[in-house]
Amino acid sequence: MESYLFPFDSLICMLLGISFTVWFTLLLVFIIVPAIFGVSFGIRRLYMKSLIKLFEVRALAELQDPARTQPLCSPPQWCFKRLAWATLRMERGAKEKNQHLYKPYSNGIIAKEPASLEQEIQEMRRGGAEPEFDMSDIFYFCRRGVESIVDDEVTKRFTAEELESWNLLTRSNYNFHHISTRLTVLWGVGVLIRYGFLLPLRVTLAFTGVGLLVVLTSIVGLFPNGRMKNYLSDKVHLMCYRICVRALTAIITYHDSENKPKNGGICVANHTSPIDVIILASDGCYAMVGQVHGGLMGVIQRAMVKACPHIWFERSEVKDRHLVAKRLSDHVADTTKLPILIFPEGTCINNTSVMMFKKGSFEIGCTVYPVAIKYDPRFGDAFWNSSKFGMVNYLLHMMSSWAIVCSVWYLPPMSRMEEEDAVQFANRVKAAIARKGGLADLLWDGGLKRGKVKEVFKEEQQKLYSKREPETSADAVRPKTGPFLNLLRL
Amino acid sequence: MGSTNSTLLKIPNVEVLMRETGFSPAHIIRLHDRFKALDKEGRGYLCPQDFGAIKELAMNPIGDRIIGAFFSPGKETVDFHTFVKILAHFRPVDKDRPKEPNSPEPINSRSNKLKFAFQLYDQDKDGKISRDELLKVLRAMLGMQVTEEQLESIADRTIQEADLDRDDAISFEEFRKSLEKVNIDHKMSIRFLR
Repeated sequence: MESYLFPFDSLICMLLGISFTVWFTLLLVFIIVPAIFGVSFGIRRLYMKSLIKLFEVRALAELQDPARTQPLCSPPQWCFKRLAWATLRMERGAKEKNQHLYKPYSNGIIAKEPASLEQEIQEMRRGGAEPEFDMSDIFYFCRRGVESIVDDEVTKRFTAEELESWNLLTRSNYNFHHISTRLTVLWGVGVLIRYGFLLPLRVTLAFTGVGLLVVLTSIVGLFPNGRMKNYLSDKVHLMCYRICVRALTAIITYHDSENKPKNGGICVANHTSPIDVIILASDGCYAMVGQVHGGLMGVIQRAMVKACPHIWFERSEVKDRHLVAKRLSDHVADTTKLPILIFPEGTCINNTSVMMFKKGSFEIGCTVYPVAIKYDPRFGDAFWNSSKFGMVNYLLHMMSSWAIVCSVWYLPPMSRMEEEDAVQFANRVKAAIARKGGLADLLWDGGLKRGKVKEVFKEEQQKLYSKREPETSADAVRPKTGPFLNLLRL
Repeated sequence: MGSTNSTLLKIPNVEVLMRETGFSPAHIIRLHDRFKALDKEGRGYLCPQDFGAIKELAMNPIGDRIIGAFFSPGKETVDFHTFVKILAHFRPVDKDRPKEPNSPEPINSRSNKLKFAFQLYDQDKDGKISRDELLKVLRAMLGMQVTEEQLESIADRTIQEADLDRDDAISFEEFRKSLEKVNIDHKMSIRFLR
């Protein structure tokens, strides 16, 4: 018995050995070496094109399926051409249509009136000498209230986008049901490929990337400070981030690279997931800002800081706004240091909108380089819903998606103008980012993901409504104009 | 046909619900999803705190009253049926509905919409909007922006115009009459998409 298993055994060993060698050689040649030199064979783009073809075939199949539940928000002439929507239309830059652009992909049940409180009240007041208050005024607030019960803007932003057509990932289709055997088989094959082939490949790459980052930055840290060290540190960082990019099969298109952030400035971008950092850092060198973590993150942070100055804050220091501002300004003032990368929203948003920017980074008074990042949801949803999934779960999701396809736009630098305060400047930057990325520009605070609405917002509603009441006495309060007034775009 | 039907089957008495409210199966499913999303702890019913968690509603000056409209007097919870029935008030009026003499009035009729709005004013449910109740609503909608005297004069003026039987309160009939010319369907309807 054993004797004839022996040659079988060694055969298996040999096969395994050979396949591992082949595997690693391929890995090295096709992925790691290009990453080091920053070139690309174009394999990922080819992959992306074939995926698109596949989804279009699928979309046709779904269109012909009579049992399909149409997403409630789609216009009656839903046609499969809309699938080609995403990257193309966005890149043509629909400005006015920001809101409408995302309707097909929003989870909307109802069509909301875009008319603001002001317009509605003007309608009510039409007819000259009418009383200032009418019993019907309550209807406006009542309707708005019920609309928000049925579907509200904020909660929507914190759940993943729903896709109109399925991209063979059950996690992104809430209407998944058995349409045909062929489709289910296709889906099954997809699962096999993603979990059996892509996932191990990517995990290997990820470990390689992170490992190299830690090791090489520590080595670079041993060099004396100077131009050589900066040069090496840049190269090392770029290489490792590029490996990580390939670990996620991220296909990134950079636009307007002439506006790339320079030393002595701050780079701000909209935030969808922790991957944003990798995406931006693989194209340029930045100083990161963040809290000191323990564990693996901590090891990485400590290694990175040896090679070039990043800004890591202790937990206690984070609360002290002046300390934070001071450290940031000091860093920015030193032009040999890299531009700082900051995500002013403060939390991950689901990439359909840009929420309120926290003003801290805009108070420092240096040049701001805005960057817009937009993910293509067809290939994999990059949004991290931190209340639903932990970090490891999220990374697993990312690595078992088809790919991460995104576009990055570098916008021209902006500085704070004389008459602006930090909040207005922040809003200006935010509007520019939202416009470029084709995202809805909301004034809601990302912190609303977890916290309650501040009283001051309710007061602003009341102020606006009362503005229409004519002042009969001289000491009536005049509502303050300013950044809050356009809050009422509800 | 897969999950469409299975979700509908999970909801008890869904046929009755659809008939009473006039929502289509697709609407019911969407509303059910929304109900589940609001019911974060998965208890199968909603309580006032679940509504309070909606940020836009918290900002609405009459948010509390709207929330109160969902809960019948004495009840602390809202189940899915009640949720849908209340929301049915906001369906646009069905213009081509045949007038069946024996069927009850549809929930989204003009009259029922007015009743819904009326109860937002009439919090003690005595069938009349007293001067006090009117003042409360005015205060909620105008807040600190207007002085107390102005509020009172507005309230007085409103009652003067609407109150026909001179009992210093507005009954439902007087309310309805004062809003004769207002396009209730437009103001109190939400366009539910297909």
